[in-house]
Amino acid sequence: MRLEPISQPSLQRRLLPPAVAIAASFLIAALLAQIAGGNPFAVFGLIFKGALGSKFALLETLNRATPLIFTGLAVAVAFRAKLWNIGAEAQLYAGAVITVVLGTGALAWPAPVLLPTLAIGAALAGAVVLLVPALLKTRFGVDEVVTTLLFNFIFLLFVSYLLEGPLKDPMGMGWPKSSRLVPEARLPRIVEGLRLHWGFALALICAVSVWIIDRKTTLGFEMRAVGQNPEAARFAGIPVTAVILKTALLSGGLAALGGFSEVAGLKGSLTLDLSPGFGYTGIVVAMLALLNPIGVVAASLFVAMIFVGADSMSRAIGVPTYLADIMLASALLLMVLAILFTKFRVRRD
Amino acid sequence: MTAVGQGAERGTPVLRMEGITKRFGSVTANEGISFSLYEGEVIALLGENGAGKTTLMNILFGQYSADEGVVEAFGQPLPAGAPRAALDAGVGMVHQHFTLADNLTVWENITLGTQGLAALSLRPARVKAKIRDLSKRFHLAVDPDARVGNLTVGERQRVEILKALYREARVLILDEPTAVLTPQETDALFATLREAIAMGLSIVFISHKLHEVMAIAHRVLVLRHGRLVAERQVAETHPQELASIMVGGDVGTPDVPAMPAGPALLTLSKASAGALRDADLTLFAGQITGIAGVSGNGQGALSDLISGVLALQSGRMEIAGKAPDKWDARRAIAHGIGRIPEDRHKTGTIADFDLTENAILETYQSDFARAGWMDWTKARQHTEHLIQTYDVRCPGPETRIRLLSGGNMQKLILGRVLEENPQIILANQPVRGLDIGAVNYVHSRLAAAREGGSAVLLISEDLDEIMKLSDTIHVMSEGRLSPAFARGAISASELGKWMAGQGFEDAS
Repeated sequence: MRLEPISQPSLQRRLLPPAVAIAASFLIAALLAQIAGGNPFAVFGLIFKGALGSKFALLETLNRATPLIFTGLAVAVAFRAKLWNIGAEAQLYAGAVITVVLGTGALAWPAPVLLPTLAIGAALAGAVVLLVPALLKTRFGVDEVVTTLLFNFIFLLFVSYLLEGPLKDPMGMGWPKSSRLVPEARLPRIVEGLRLHWGFALALICAVSVWIIDRKTTLGFEMRAVGQNPEAARFAGIPVTAVILKTALLSGGLAALGGFSEVAGLKGSLTLDLSPGFGYTGIVVAMLALLNPIGVVAASLFVAMIFVGADSMSRAIGVPTYLADIMLASALLLMVLAILFTKFRVRRD
Repeated sequence: MTAVGQGAERGTPVLRMEGITKRFGSVTANEGISFSLYEGEVIALLGENGAGKTTLMNILFGQYSADEGVVEAFGQPLPAGAPRAALDAGVGMVHQHFTLADNLTVWENITLGTQGLAALSLRPARVKAKIRDLSKRFHLAVDPDARVGNLTVGERQRVEILKALYREARVLILDEPTAVLTPQETDALFATLREAIAMGLSIVFISHKLHEVMAIAHRVLVLRHGRLVAERQVAETHPQELASIMVGGDVGTPDVPAMPAGPALLTLSKASAGALRDADLTLFAGQITGIAGVSGNGQGALSDLISGVLALQSGRMEIAGKAPDKWDARRAIAHGIGRIPEDRHKTGTIADFDLTENAILETYQSDFARAGWMDWTKARQHTEHLIQTYDVRCPGPETRIRLLSGGNMQKLILGRVLEENPQIILANQPVRGLDIGAVNYVHSRLAAAREGGSAVLLISEDLDEIMKLSDTIHVMSEGRLSPAFARGAISASELGKWMAGQGFEDAS
C-alpha cells in the first residue's frame, strides 16, 4: 500500500475526507460516551440541544465562538505565511490588558470614540507582542515556535503581577481582578435583550477582511508567496522580511482583538481565567479550517458548539466534559490525516 | 561515433512494457507505449521535455501506477506501483535528481534500505570491499568512506550507479544522466556504461542530446506528446532525422548576424561580491555577452549581484552610466533587468501557485495592482496572452505551475521577462534540461530580444551555445572574469585554457 499524489484534486476529493474526519471523531466520542455510562444518542442529543436547542443556548455558543474566531484567524494568517505563531494566548491577554488600562476610567470619552480607541490600542499591543519574536526570527533566525510559546507563560505571569499590583481592583476584596470597565467602554449587545455582543460581529468582519486581504490585495499575494517559497519571493523582489513583519502585526493584532472583545463584550473586567486557552484552541480551529479565514468561522462555531453542548450534557447526565476535549483532539488528528487524503490517493498493490 | 557492441540477439526480453497508458487529469502523459529491452542492449528514449519519458520510466520503476498496460522484467510481470518489486527483480534507476542522503557516507548510502532494521550483522568492511570491487570493475572511482555531502555532482552520480549495481541490478535506467556532468565526466560515464553492457547488463538511457544517443545506444525510441512515434536502429539513422522526428518538424538554428553594439547598459569595474572577484564586465545594447565556464565558478554570484539579491562588496556597478544608490531585486526589476534564473523550481517559480500568480510574480506591484489591490482580471488576461504568445502548453492559467514540464515552465518565465521589454536580460543556463525544440525557441527569442536592443548576458556551461550566440565572450574561472573576446576571435580550445584558469596566471 502506498500513497500517490493527485495532481488536480476534485471538489469532492477536497471535501469528503475532512467530512469523514469529523464524522469519525463523533464515532470515537460515541464509544467513549458509552464507556462513561451514557447512551451515545442521548449524549449527542444533549450536546446538540445544549449548544443549539434554545435561544439562550445558541447565543452562548456564538459568544463562545467569538474569541476562537479571533485567535483562529490570527493563527491562520500567520501559518499561511509559515510564521509559526503559537503565542495567540499572550497576544489575546495583551489586548485585554490594554482594554482594561484604557477602559477603566483613564479616558473619559463617549462610547463611539472610546470603543474604537480601545480596539485599536488592543490590536497594537498584540501586534507588538508578536513583532518581537518576528524580529528575532528575521534578524537572528530565532525559532518563533519556541519564543512565542514560551512568551505565553511569561506574559501570563506578567498579567498575574498586574492583577496583584498596578491593575488590582481596590474594591475587589483582595481577589486578583481588575476594576470594571466604565459603561462607555463596554461593547453593547447586538440586539437589546439578547446576550450577544458586538464582538461577534467584529469577529465576522475580521474574517471577511482577512479573506479579502488574502485574495484581493498585494499584501495577501505577498504573504502567500513568502509562505510557499521565500527564496523565489526574494528573487522576485518581494520584500520578504517586511512581509513577515506585516504578517506578524496582522496576526498579533487579530488575537489581541479577541482579548478586547472578551473583556469589553463579555466579562467587563480582567481576571487570570479570561481565556481557558483560546490561543491554543485557535491553532486547532485554524487547522480544522485548513487555514481558510471563512473556514475559521465555521470551525470556531463547531468547536464552541461541542464545548457549550458538552457542559450542558454533563450537567444533565454526568458524562464528563472531557468528552469535548477528546472530540476536538481526535477531530484535529483525523483532520491532519484527512488533509493528506485530499492530496494523495492510496494505491493497494 | 559508433554504437558500442551489438545488442545481443533476442531471446526473452529483460524488460518489456506493453500498452502503457498514464493520464494525469486531462493530460495524457503516456499513450499505448510498448517496447522490449534485450540483454546487453542499450536503448535510448528520446523526446522533448514533457514528451513522457520520465513518466514512462517512473511507471517502470513503480513510482507511478499505469492506468493501462503491463510491465514485465525477465518474463515475470511486475506488480504496478511497487518500486521494491522492480528493485528485487533487478531493475535499478539513477534519477535525474539524486536520491542520496548528504550526511551519510558513500557506503552507508549504498546499503541504505538493503538491510532490515533487525540486521545488526552488517559488516562495513565486507560491504566496502564489495563496493571497491564494483568501483574497480566498472571504473566508478569513489571512496566508500567519503561523506556524500562533500562529493561533486559527477561523484554522486557514480554513487547512484554503484547503489544499483550493489543491489545486483541487471537493468539500469538512467534519466538524463549527462545533464549535470562535465564533458570529461560524461566520457567517464560512457566508459562505465560500455563496461556494464559488456558484462551483460541492459540499459535504458533517457536523453535529449542526440550525439550522446548516437554514441551509446543500439536502438532509439522517440516519444512525442506521450506516444511512441518512431523506433530506429542507431546504425540506420542520423541525428538530423532523429531531431526532426523528435520535434515534429525541421530544426532551425537561430540566425545571429553581427550587429553594431549600442550604448553600455551595465558596467562592472573591479566588482567583488560573494564568490565573484574583481570582475570587469560591460553589457552593450544589442549584444549578447556570453559567460563561458564550468558552473560553480562564480556565475551564481555574478547573476545574483545583477539581479539584486547579492550586495556589492567592493568595486563599482553602473546601470546605464549611473551607480544606483540602493540595489535590491525590486530595483533591479524596475531598472529593466529581466531574469531567467538558473533554477526554475527554487528561485524562478512558486510550485503551488498557478500560472497567473507566477506570471505576475515580479510585476504584480507595478502592473497588476492599484493602491494595494490586485487586478486579477488583468493578470489573467496577461497570462492568457503569455500562454498564447510563448506557446506554453497547459490546461489553462489556473493550472498550478508544478504540473508543467520544464520546457513549458521556461517558456512562461521567458514570456514573463520578455513581455516587460527588458533593457538587460540575465539568462543563466537558460536551456538547461530543455529539449531541442525548446532550446531553439529560447535561443531565437534571446536573439530577437538582442535585435530589439536589449543587452543579453548569457551564462552557460555549453560552449557551443556560447559560441553560437555570443557577440563577445568572457570566461569565468574561480570567481574571476577573463577579458572580453570578440566573436570568432577565440577558438574553443583557447577558451578551454581560460576555463582551466590558465590565462589568469599570465595576467596577474
